[in-house]
Amino acid sequence: MFCQGDRGADIKPLFVKESSLGWRTLIALVLVAGLIFADLRLNNLDNGRALLNTLATPIYWLADLPSRLGDWGQHNLRSRGELIEDNERLERENLILQGRSLQMASLQAENVRLRALLNSTALLRDDVLVAELVGVSPDPARHQLVLNKGEMDGVFVGQPLIDADGLVGQIAEVSAAQSRALLITDATHSVPVQVNRNGVRAIAEGTSALGSLEIHHVSATTDIREGDLLVTSGLGGRFPVGYPVAVVSVVERDPGEPFARVSAVPTAALDRSRHVLLVFTSEQGE
Amino acid sequence: MVDEGGRGYGIILATFLFAYTLAVVPFPLWLQWGRPEWLALTLIYWTIALPQRVGITTALVLGIGLDVLEGAVLGQNAFALVVVTFLSLLLYQRLRVYSLWQQSGVVFLLVGINQLICQWVQNLQGVGATSLLFLLPAFTSALLWPVVLTSLRGLRREYRVS
Repeated sequence: MFCQGDRGADIKPLFVKESSLGWRTLIALVLVAGLIFADLRLNNLDNGRALLNTLATPIYWLADLPSRLGDWGQHNLRSRGELIEDNERLERENLILQGRSLQMASLQAENVRLRALLNSTALLRDDVLVAELVGVSPDPARHQLVLNKGEMDGVFVGQPLIDADGLVGQIAEVSAAQSRALLITDATHSVPVQVNRNGVRAIAEGTSALGSLEIHHVSATTDIREGDLLVTSGLGGRFPVGYPVAVVSVVERDPGEPFARVSAVPTAALDRSRHVLLVFTSEQGE
Repeated sequence: MVDEGGRGYGIILATFLFAYTLAVVPFPLWLQWGRPEWLALTLIYWTIALPQRVGITTALVLGIGLDVLEGAVLGQNAFALVVVTFLSLLLYQRLRVYSLWQQSGVVFLLVGINQLICQWVQNLQGVGATSLLFLLPAFTSALLWPVVLTSLRGLRREYRVS
């Protein structure tokens, strides 16, 4: 005889009932399909995403902890000799840079006067904010960075991002204390550029390979050479004019094709720099 | 089902949070394509061990979390994880009696399916991988399965999560 009355309730079923499994999966899949559709086609999930991103901030902080500890070690556990050497090198660099920027003020004033003569718009003056990388996209097909500056620091969607050597990308998502940036090499990213040498305009598209951009629809007769510097053209109004983007590495002209095949190597250290600059553009008065 | 919940809920949550962290921890560039699918592995373990507590709903919520974390299309990982959980809920009785390496084989297939679904959704957005390297995580995940299994099982027994 089994004491069904008081024991039965304690015994867990060995196997779960599976009758509802199919239905639950189906409902979940319909929900997911709706989400994917809404995110891809309707673009109205941005607010919810920003909220969830804010919730995810601690996870990025945690994931970044080991490399931050490494940085701390590098900064604090160095010999006196190394520090002195560093200091001397930086002083030398500083002297050279100061020398170069001596003429900057007068040249800028001259440029403004010349532009006024030409009746063109006033120059843009850019302010920058230093942001630190706290994460990179775990998916190698997506070129995204997570930065430690967010809405609270005035970061906005579409804000350009540069480093010491050139254009890095733009901000794609902003949450309270972090933001996600799209690199110029992401397959979904394009940037309007011009050849620094002669002003030929083009559009540089990402290829989802870190070291290369493709410049499409350059007619075979266009004056563009290997080694040409491509800078932002400012067309489209998103990126300020004149930041270096890439150096043309390959130009292939096939007589059978209407367009030349042009690739370029980004000048910015996309996969190495830990600090980037967020650019705030403000129109200077006439 | 209602009165079974509660015990060790914190432990399960903690393992998922740890898996999230591992999922975004910076990796060296040459290892980029081989990053194991930590969240899928953890989820597969808990569905096999506690199918009455961890199931489709958990997979859905965790998947959306991973989408946000990875900056992917909202629903991409949720889709993949729901399918993987569905399959492992169908298979869990068999999986429990399999040997470790047989289980690894099944995990290889499950994570492979996970990767295929993720690629499919990514291609809808136009940022799919250009080579078959995106299947590499299935391999690394299968290799890591014994480690994940033994450590999570140790944790479950230590804290008597049931």
